[in-house]
Amino acid sequence: MKDPNDVILRMVTKVVVVIILTFAVNLFVSGHHHPGGGFIGGLAFVAAIVLLFLVYGIEKVRQNFPVDFKALAGVGVLISVLTGARGMFVGEPFLTQAFGYVHLPLFGKTEMATAVLFDVGVALAVIGTSLTIIMSIGDDR
Amino acid sequence: MIKGILFWVIFLSLCFSTLSILITIYRCLKGPTASDRVQALDVLGINIIAAVAVFSVFLRTTAFFEVILLIGILSFIGTIAFARFIERGIVIERQHSD
Repeated sequence: MKDPNDVILRMVTKVVVVIILTFAVNLFVSGHHHPGGGFIGGLAFVAAIVLLFLVYGIEKVRQNFPVDFKALAGVGVLISVLTGARGMFVGEPFLTQAFGYVHLPLFGKTEMATAVLFDVGVALAVIGTSLTIIMSIGDDR
Repeated sequence: MIKGILFWVIFLSLCFSTLSILITIYRCLKGPTASDRVQALDVLGINIIAAVAVFSVFLRTTAFFEVILLIGILSFIGTIAFARFIERGIVIERQHSD
């Protein structure tokens, strides 16, 4: 069977993946004051990677994005547990969150909380778990 | 909540949107081939986007705009996955030719 030519799909994907990744980051960082957060940000990231899997195949994406997703899920859970355990070292209960104001060069006075680190852990765990499921289902033949 | 003529405009918009969704569901149930059903699901996603937009105007909130973008993205990816399954019989290719 002749291999179909899907040049339109590839060119559209090159543009759309950038938009989806930008939207995923927007969902992630707006989770403190607006709808969003680590879970749905991670799932939007997974949607972009799945689109790349669909169009370019697993092998080519893994060559250009060589991350072990099982290890990524583990690192995410570790980050979440460690940010929760931070309160225990300074004499506060487990999962106590701290926040403060820092001066960033471009944004000015910005409120930073350790809940962002917890959300990073959640997002990494979601990305690793979802992509592990999808790759282990799509790999068998 | 919204009162006055804008309420009836939004109400009628939601009614016609529901009608459009029902007609699309009819095509999705009745469609002779798989391609008809996939196209009906894509149109269904777009109609749901429109309904969510009108309903967020009705509720006077901007909290559902992420939902609109997310339905668009998921509908696009789902349609591409179904199209590849119909065309090649496999969704994710293990080794690409070129």
